[in-house]
Amino acid sequence: MNRPEDIWIIIVALGVGSFGLRFAFLGIIGDRTIPEWLMRHLRYTAVAILPGLIAPLVLWPSATGGAMDPVRLVAAGTTLALSLMTGRIVISIFGGAIVLALMLQFA
Amino acid sequence: MSTQTRTYFYQGIKVGWPFIFLISPFAFLFGVVAMQAGLNVFEALSFSVIVIAGAAQLTAIQLMQENTHTFVIIFSGLAVNLRMAMYSASMAVHMGKLPLWKRALVAYLTVDQTYAVSIAKFETEPEMSVADKFAFYIGVATPILPLWYLATLAGAWTGSAVPSTLPLDFAIPLTFIAIITPMLRTLPHVIAACTSVVLSLALAFIPFNLGVILAGICAMIAGAASEEFIKNKGRVRREQT
Repeated sequence: MNRPEDIWIIIVALGVGSFGLRFAFLGIIGDRTIPEWLMRHLRYTAVAILPGLIAPLVLWPSATGGAMDPVRLVAAGTTLALSLMTGRIVISIFGGAIVLALMLQFA
Repeated sequence: MSTQTRTYFYQGIKVGWPFIFLISPFAFLFGVVAMQAGLNVFEALSFSVIVIAGAAQLTAIQLMQENTHTFVIIFSGLAVNLRMAMYSASMAVHMGKLPLWKRALVAYLTVDQTYAVSIAKFETEPEMSVADKFAFYIGVATPILPLWYLATLAGAWTGSAVPSTLPLDFAIPLTFIAIITPMLRTLPHVIAACTSVVLSLALAFIPFNLGVILAGICAMIAGAASEEFIKNKGRVRREQT
């Protein structure tokens, strides 16, 4: 694995930036109201960023050098299905992980 | 601290502690993958203490392993954390009158769980004073934060012993699938997620993972715009009847 040279730059910048985001309105705006359009956009940040981040990792995994891998697709599908059915985060992750481990073992 | 304020603090602890079972696995996982990515125990722990945001931390580790440019790693991690600004805005309504150092403490302790529990409480009990709200909030964070650090540490110690044959490369994608799916509560959330997936795949040719950021911005706009559209359609329909 490639350990980045600037690991501390990343840690400190992410820390300062995250605190800045958490403090943004509490610290500066106080108890004034926030424009509705801004709140509306911020509501979708997590569902807008995370799916895009993992979609290429699922379709073109780095472990296979970017080649589509049926084993990992099935594992991802298992986690997705479990998540839709149960809504339980830990169960869904372990379900997919067990399927992945078993299929890699016997494939 | 008055008796009433103390009661709110204990109430906070009571609703906060079950979350340790939810957050510890993430912190543990972060510790493990951080070690696999070549960090040492101190760096992994510092990450959890300074950043305290599981999704952003895992995003950073994932991108580090893909040899992404430092700037893009930082930008992507912060983009994932943009929702914290929304939490801050919504907490400001309730605790904006606190002295600056207390507001700074509230800000540091803002994570998904402390926010979700507290906002629900504040909205159902509007008679709470600002001091009560602060006490409750600190109470919720009291069991959660130390466990976040400790589980990272445990993961980091374990991580150096995990055999490299385990397919840990896929731990982060599976985790994110499980986190995102329950968030898709409304049609605009689904539209935002689909936009994000389609655009990020279509823009994958752009170097330094910048395609993901572009896709994220477009998906955010798509979510907000469709929410606005659905709301307006509802209003028109009501006015017609």
